[in-house]
Amino acid sequence: MSNTFKAKIWKLNDDIDTDIVLPTEYLALKSVEDMKPYAFSPLRPELAGKIQPGDMIVAGKNFGCGSSREQAPEVVKALGISCVVAESFARIFFRNAINNGLLLIECPALHDAVSEGDVAEVTPGEKIVVNGQTFEIASLPENLMDILNAGGLVKAMRKRNGLD
Amino acid sequence: MGMTMAEKIIALAAGVESTKAGDIETVTLDKLLSNDGTTHLTIDMYHKLKHPHIADVSKLVWVVDHNIPADSPKTAASHKKMRDFAREHGITYYEGEGVCHQVMMENHVCPGELIFGADSHTCAYGALGAFGTGVGCTDYLYAMVTGTSWLLVPESIKFNLHGKLRKGVTARDLILTIIGRIGANGANYKAMEFGGEGLHTLTMSDRIAICNLCVEAGAKTALMEVDDIAMDYLKEHRREPKAIVHSDADAVYYATYEIDLDEIEAIVAKPHFVDNVVPARECLGVKINEAFLGSCNNGRIEDLRAGAAVIKGKHVDPKVRFLVVPASRSVYNQALKEGLLDIFVDAGAIIMNPNCSVCWGACQGVIGEGEVLISTGTRNFKGRAGHKDSFVYLASAETVTASAIAGEITTADRV
Repeated sequence: MSNTFKAKIWKLNDDIDTDIVLPTEYLALKSVEDMKPYAFSPLRPELAGKIQPGDMIVAGKNFGCGSSREQAPEVVKALGISCVVAESFARIFFRNAINNGLLLIECPALHDAVSEGDVAEVTPGEKIVVNGQTFEIASLPENLMDILNAGGLVKAMRKRNGLD
Repeated sequence: MGMTMAEKIIALAAGVESTKAGDIETVTLDKLLSNDGTTHLTIDMYHKLKHPHIADVSKLVWVVDHNIPADSPKTAASHKKMRDFAREHGITYYEGEGVCHQVMMENHVCPGELIFGADSHTCAYGALGAFGTGVGCTDYLYAMVTGTSWLLVPESIKFNLHGKLRKGVTARDLILTIIGRIGANGANYKAMEFGGEGLHTLTMSDRIAICNLCVEAGAKTALMEVDDIAMDYLKEHRREPKAIVHSDADAVYYATYEIDLDEIEAIVAKPHFVDNVVPARECLGVKINEAFLGSCNNGRIEDLRAGAAVIKGKHVDPKVRFLVVPASRSVYNQALKEGLLDIFVDAGAIIMNPNCSVCWGACQGVIGEGEVLISTGTRNFKGRAGHKDSFVYLASAETVTASAIAGEITTADRV
């Protein structure tokens, strides 16, 4: 249970696309730090400013649909989001998130059971406890967990090759 | 147990006799496409590697299409980084030649190949029986350096096409109808495979439009049977197949749909989701500010011919900007030869160089607050084409052109 963490929930709905996560016009900014204020801005311009490191996002189905822009999971990670829990994820975003060390959790029942501002206790690979309810969650395959724990694919490769 | 097209192509790329949905295979990629959307990020990561190395430079194809010509010092710097790197390493490099997927279809894709593209619409290559799938720039880097990647073998959904599309109804109406039916994540993680005798009534342009849009249903890839029409296209472009694969009769599908092409009608996808489709006749009268004919989905010569036929002798509504953007230099050239660009220019359209244009909401043509765009582009997400509070309707080349004339959404048979 040592990796259990508590996180405040920001709630989003179905089909949060990558143009919502980070609109095209901000992709050319120099660094992901510069992009942070604009995350989720088409839908909720205030959100990026309110998110605190360690918070989590709970969304509906098909989170991250759309473009393959890797700045999308990068900016979510840069905001300090500890994990995104959704009913389902779009596949390109799923790979990109793991490759950037952003924890994703599929949990179809959570979205309807929580409100924004609730605080959840997350034990990756085991469960999420919130409002007195416990939701079981599956563990990612071991090879993906290795990438996540290293902080992303490039870091995992460096580690595997003994460079870090 | 029989295999699907997707399973067979992955087995070939993995060097194994057979594989099945749910298996994870390490594959050797046949080609690797990247464009100016994220290549600068790939290069930055490449330089951070201890022993940077390209496994097989002949497999790399880089295309500048998202922001060309550069519209700011930032994009100019990003292009320069990409151009310099490509030259230094001898990477096949296109700049100003067209939208990456059109360039790939015209010059590189071969049946049976497994291709990664750092762009979500890479699934277009299924029109030639190739497994194309979109990845991010980190996956791209890994494949570029090692020549390989891992793939979860997808389940397949089979779409059997029957009959023939009616006059005035397009392949784009067909795929939007299918996306509307199965939903924006209806094929998430899955391959969409198209067959049936109705497939043979569709041109290569139709097929590219269908496969290209499958990612809007969440699909990992799209695949079509390779028939004489596909082989003629390949010959015309002087290429040979890697392998022509067919699904086995006893292949296992997640689901099968029977689609009657005669029943498809002109469709509009309303803001802000691609699966928010209705018959175009239900959107009549919606005022528009801009119309866009172009993109990897609908910027081919067949689309320009269709638009030109609708607008010949008529004029763009004075309150509307009508952008016509050929998908590649060869499309542009052919449109010139056929006099199509004259027709558009005479009608008051704005002709632009081959690029992604307003389809991805950068470069020229973006729309302002409260404005409405009708588009042959790929997506209608909130803010996709410019201001966050603007509206994008997706429709066919015919419907878009007719709407440009009318100043409001309408269909070609009404102008």
